[in-house]
Amino acid sequence: METVIIILAGVLVTVATYLILSKGILRVILGTAILSHAAHLLLMTMGGLKRGGVPVIGEGNGTYTDALPQALILTSIVISFAVTAFLLVLAYRTYQETQVARGLKDE
Amino acid sequence: MNNILVMPMVIPLITGIILIFLRPFIRLQRWISFTAMMVVAGLSIYMLEMIQTNGIIRLDFGNWKPPFGILFVGDSFAMLLVMTSSIVAGICLIYAFYTIGQDREKMFFYPFVLFMVAGVNGSFLTGDLFNLYVCFEVMLLASYVLITLGGTKPQFKESIKYVVINVISSWLFLVAIGYLYGAVGTLNMAHLSARIAEAGQTPLLTVISILFLLVFGLKAGLLLYVWLPGSYSAPPTAVAALFGALLTKVGIYALFRIFTLLFYHEPSITHTLIGVMAGITLIGGSLGAVAYKDIRQIVSYNVVIAVGFIMVGLAVATPAAIEGSIYYLIHDMIVKALLFLLAGTMVALTGTAKIDRMSGLIRNYPLLGWMFFIVMLALAGIPPLSGFIGKILVGQGAVEGGNYVLLALALISSVFVLYSLLRIFKNCFWGETIISEEEQLPLKKSLLISCVILTAVSIGLGLGAEVLSEYVKDAANTLMNPGIYVEAVLGE
Repeated sequence: METVIIILAGVLVTVATYLILSKGILRVILGTAILSHAAHLLLMTMGGLKRGGVPVIGEGNGTYTDALPQALILTSIVISFAVTAFLLVLAYRTYQETQVARGLKDE
Repeated sequence: MNNILVMPMVIPLITGIILIFLRPFIRLQRWISFTAMMVVAGLSIYMLEMIQTNGIIRLDFGNWKPPFGILFVGDSFAMLLVMTSSIVAGICLIYAFYTIGQDREKMFFYPFVLFMVAGVNGSFLTGDLFNLYVCFEVMLLASYVLITLGGTKPQFKESIKYVVINVISSWLFLVAIGYLYGAVGTLNMAHLSARIAEAGQTPLLTVISILFLLVFGLKAGLLLYVWLPGSYSAPPTAVAALFGALLTKVGIYALFRIFTLLFYHEPSITHTLIGVMAGITLIGGSLGAVAYKDIRQIVSYNVVIAVGFIMVGLAVATPAAIEGSIYYLIHDMIVKALLFLLAGTMVALTGTAKIDRMSGLIRNYPLLGWMFFIVMLALAGIPPLSGFIGKILVGQGAVEGGNYVLLALALISSVFVLYSLLRIFKNCFWGETIISEEEQLPLKKSLLISCVILTAVSIGLGLGAEVLSEYVKDAANTLMNPGIYVEAVLGE
């Protein structure tokens, strides 16, 4: 199971790298969003995908899945959400100021 | 009583939150933010003394014993940097009072500076890898806002690059944490250190360590510094000074922590790589510093050179070199802030950043000129000033370690630093005076206050290196013997 998820994360990283290297700002931002998806998948997988109950006491019968990566992912999702929101507004304001949405260049 | 350890992060954070509600009262905001910084500086000096007498102090949040909870660990290295960053931030705030302008001040400038300092101090103090990531993000999010605040065209262009680069490096950080957790199964730094030492640094762990090297290299501007000169020349002077003084230094701190505490078992791979990266950084930074005619670009490339120089100390990793790096790190935080403030003042006075359009400023603004002269000597490492002791110790360490190539590069880079700044000094301050007495913009005393204070601190640091030496020795000792740190955190 881990192998499949790792390959999926790899595909996501490939797509994200391609998008980030393109010219449109929106594509770059989409790229960063996909990149964070890949990181979260990876964090989950690195904790191990062993079968066990949901980490709520009283739910499983003795064995639980690792709760720590889930907490890490939860934190990281919020952070990347904030950064993406900021980046989108920044791109919008930049577009308003410069009327350029592709290939920002130095003067 | 160890609760005091959390104050360097909590005081700026809470003050920042309070300031959000005090938006219309600018004068009040100024006073409160400056006071908060000085209180943190005072507390960190007090804690530095505490560490000298009681050893490393630690604070387990919520009374969870390490490695299960997150914790703050204060050793001399972290505390020295907390002290310096708080003092420098306070002084940069004084400059901001007079220059930043009402528009920015009303748009939550002070809260964001305080949040950034909170993130910086948190990164210095934390003893947990994922918590370090969160503190980095606190610092970076505040810095994104500070770099865009005001919304001029160049700021927008540079900030998009800055944000995207940092998003990618944060992603790498997360991936590296994921791998390390998968390989070792813990995130507490002391526990990680113990486990890595137990199992030996396998090739897998070495690969992860190189991933960390890339992450913090991106943050610190080690080799991967391409984003740095642009982003540091776009924002207003006070913000650029804060960035130049604090942000890359956090990356350097993290590199020191990671490679002295966790991954110190394979120096032939990791430390050689750091050495190569530091060497290339020195060369690239030196070339950049002499290539441009824009003051802000030259100053930004000087930041890059300093990063390379400090990393030479880590690459060599003898006690003397580490000690030298710590001295140089403290010196560099102070002097880079001063350099950015002086350069910004010059640009503000002449209305241009090109050095061939300024001339003879020493007649118009003598004090500014002589301060620039002093900062130039301090950066080049001329004996009575603050840069000297760091350079001599790093040099001594490199000789001990037999690392002559790095030694040569480090010393030659000093010449380039001197040359690049001397070029500014000669072109801008000497020569024919082109600003006549009538056209001369008055240099307000208020702008000079923070520059004079920083110059005094720099001279004081050079003359009074003895005062710091005890703490620096202790810091270097802890870095060289990770056992002390591990014992302080895990031992009972």
